[in-house]
Amino acid sequence: MSGALPAQLEELVEDFTAVPEEDKLQLLLEFSRSLPELPARLGEHPEELEQVVECQSPLFLAVEWDDGAEPGPETPVRLFFSAPAEAPTTRGFASILHEGLDGLPARQVLEIPDDLPERFGLTQLVSPLRMRGMSAMLGRVKRRVRELQDA
Amino acid sequence: MGVAVENNEEFAQYAHPERLVSTQWVAEHLDDPGVVLVESDEDVLLYETGHVPGAVKVDWHTDLNRPDTRDYVDGAGFAELMSRKGISRDTTVVVYGDKSNWWAAYALWVFELFGHPDVRLMNGGRDKWIAEGRELSTEKVVPGRADYPVVERDDARARAFQEDVLAHLGEQPLIDVRSLPEYTGERTHMADYPQEGTLRGGHIPTAASVPWARAAAEDARFRSREELEAVYRDGVGLAEDDDIIAYCRIGERSSHTWFVLKYLLGYEKVRNYDGSWTEWGNSVRVPIVLGEERGEVPGAAR
Repeated sequence: MSGALPAQLEELVEDFTAVPEEDKLQLLLEFSRSLPELPARLGEHPEELEQVVECQSPLFLAVEWDDGAEPGPETPVRLFFSAPAEAPTTRGFASILHEGLDGLPARQVLEIPDDLPERFGLTQLVSPLRMRGMSAMLGRVKRRVRELQDA
Repeated sequence: MGVAVENNEEFAQYAHPERLVSTQWVAEHLDDPGVVLVESDEDVLLYETGHVPGAVKVDWHTDLNRPDTRDYVDGAGFAELMSRKGISRDTTVVVYGDKSNWWAAYALWVFELFGHPDVRLMNGGRDKWIAEGRELSTEKVVPGRADYPVVERDDARARAFQEDVLAHLGEQPLIDVRSLPEYTGERTHMADYPQEGTLRGGHIPTAASVPWARAAAEDARFRSREELEAVYRDGVGLAEDDDIIAYCRIGERSSHTWFVLKYLLGYEKVRNYDGSWTEWGNSVRVPIVLGEERGEVPGAAR
């Protein structure tokens, strides 16, 4: 384990590591239920939903600068996720990233260590293969932040 | 052994109607002590969002696969899993799941490796149950512990390994059940998406491309025998006494096709190559064909 996490993210890691093994999936399920709805302006663009062929659930992801703020590395970014109800694990991962990263400055999001998913203690319960879904999601968030900076 | 087979005209067309039950049958057997319902999904949390009342969960990653070797649990591991889930050797197990029973068929196939005498699929799976407005429960199911005997896995019955496939090349039919872009080699993965990485794209020489979903109807039930025969017998040219091996990427989608060939169409010799593309596409010196043609076996293949 290396690299300190922003406080709001560290708290989530602590929440997950604190609950006993048998309650961890339940906690992930609660996260999947609390994923905020997309704002209507984004929800109107279903064509932006990135659909992947088989085996993976569609995930909508958008990253924007904080409302009206001047773009820059210290400017907070806002994250928006959407995934169907039939994909609760995807929703759960998205919800964790939303709660942990939304509103952080762009620089801090890009500095999140890539081993973040391994820190939640879910790997054995969910399987290493499925945890890659969260790594991929984090990778996509960072890519979008970089694209936003370069725009 | 097990409870009486469902008497259902819809299933009479298939070679082994005893391997299917309808959602209605399940609804009528929720409290039958001889029946245990098993939900098996792609998404590890889907069961927790609501399941058929009384159903237990079996997850293919965390329950059926070994954490160390790339293999399935052994006889002792399976016996322990079954006992925990309240399943005895004489229990009638009914498996159902998401995505047209794709993962359910995979779980059923593993039950088959252990020779569980009576395991059936709920036709249409989870989606059909929900579409019919039937009850879902989030109540925690705590099955009474059963006493399942240790039965060693017999892979010869339904499982093929890479060496079997190599020996099979050019001799007997192979069915590739992945999507066309995977078959042609156009796609091995997409940027930033989780994939079981493979170093080469394409398919095993001579394999026919029949994406698994061609066997599933819109409502997640299996297609009629006539439609299935048009695909596999007439389309691919499978003959009655062929020795067939099906594969996909990790062996899950091909379990669905395995079930169709074995139990709906009645082919006697059908095996699932669970190493599938994630093994073949990463192996050194095995032949691969790109594009839509089935391709030839190169002379030096073996």
